[in-house]
Amino acid sequence: MEGDVVQMGAYIGAGLACTGMGGAAVGVGHVVGNYLSGALRNPSAAGGQVATMFIGIAFSEALGIFSFLVALLLMFAV
Amino acid sequence: MATEAAHGAEHGEGGLVFHPMDQFIVKPLFGDGPVGTFTVTNVTLWMALTVLCVIGLLVLSSSGRATVPGRMQSIAELAYGFIRKMVEDVAGKDALPYFPYIMTLFMFIVVSNFLGLLPLAFTTTSHIAVTAVMAVAVFVAVTVIGFVKHGAGFLGLFWISAAPLPLRPILALIEVISYFVRPVSHSIRLAGNMMAGHAVIKVFAAFTPLITISVGVGILVTPLSIVAISAIYALEVLVAFIQAYVFTILTCVYLKDALHPHH
Repeated sequence: MEGDVVQMGAYIGAGLACTGMGGAAVGVGHVVGNYLSGALRNPSAAGGQVATMFIGIAFSEALGIFSFLVALLLMFAV
Repeated sequence: MATEAAHGAEHGEGGLVFHPMDQFIVKPLFGDGPVGTFTVTNVTLWMALTVLCVIGLLVLSSSGRATVPGRMQSIAELAYGFIRKMVEDVAGKDALPYFPYIMTLFMFIVVSNFLGLLPLAFTTTSHIAVTAVMAVAVFVAVTVIGFVKHGAGFLGLFWISAAPLPLRPILALIEVISYFVRPVSHSIRLAGNMMAGHAVIKVFAAFTPLITISVGVGILVTPLSIVAISAIYALEVLVAFIQAYVFTILTCVYLKDALHPHH
């Protein structure tokens, strides 16, 4: 047997951590989709809300990045 | 065949096979010594190039002060106007004294992101050490500004007077936690995005020479991965700008919280 159980667990955990990215994808899609539906209803107000949309994307995306970080830590730091 | 190729990769036999994270290794520029505090590394080189590019773009291009701006001066003026409008819109007019710092942050991040997209370049913003310095500097600066401007009233940021009274302690706890997570998420968002995108490009790049190992598999995989590299690269150009924009706009949001702590 090459490697050991701890390393196997770390690799499996790194793979599982990547499922968190799916959640971030849902969140970002939700933010942009809702922005777009609002923007098409009232195009004149859309321009002023682009910054707010990006802030929402950033907050939602941060949690996906955290799962990526957990995967990286498991791969390289554990 | 595939396992043989994988073994070749592990032992470094294939000349073109590399690890996708190799591009983020910090190496000394001269010699092979250990990396100390004052060692000149590839990070130093690319940071210096970034600073030179920013100076070239902002100082040299606009030193002519042409009434009808040339190409470079137009870019510099666009960037200036863009960030100034962002600071005014998001953080308010009284945040304008802090505009030079925010402009510096934006120009440094956007230029180093774009320099990192050059082939064989090193992306300094893909290192959490680099982004953490900027994020912690923003965090400390914003906290100090908040306390200097409002004294103990800055703590009103955590005590939401619009919420019902029994809910306020719980909300205060959540607000305090989210306040202290700010520098972490602020730095990791930028570093993670840059690192992930560049690693994905390198993963596809590692699939590209498959046609030299096995023609049957490679005839499908090689063109596909070349197309994928181009597509991801285009996405990365977008991400490089958006992440600089997001970092800057979040700095403005945090600054707004420090200047107007009452919800």
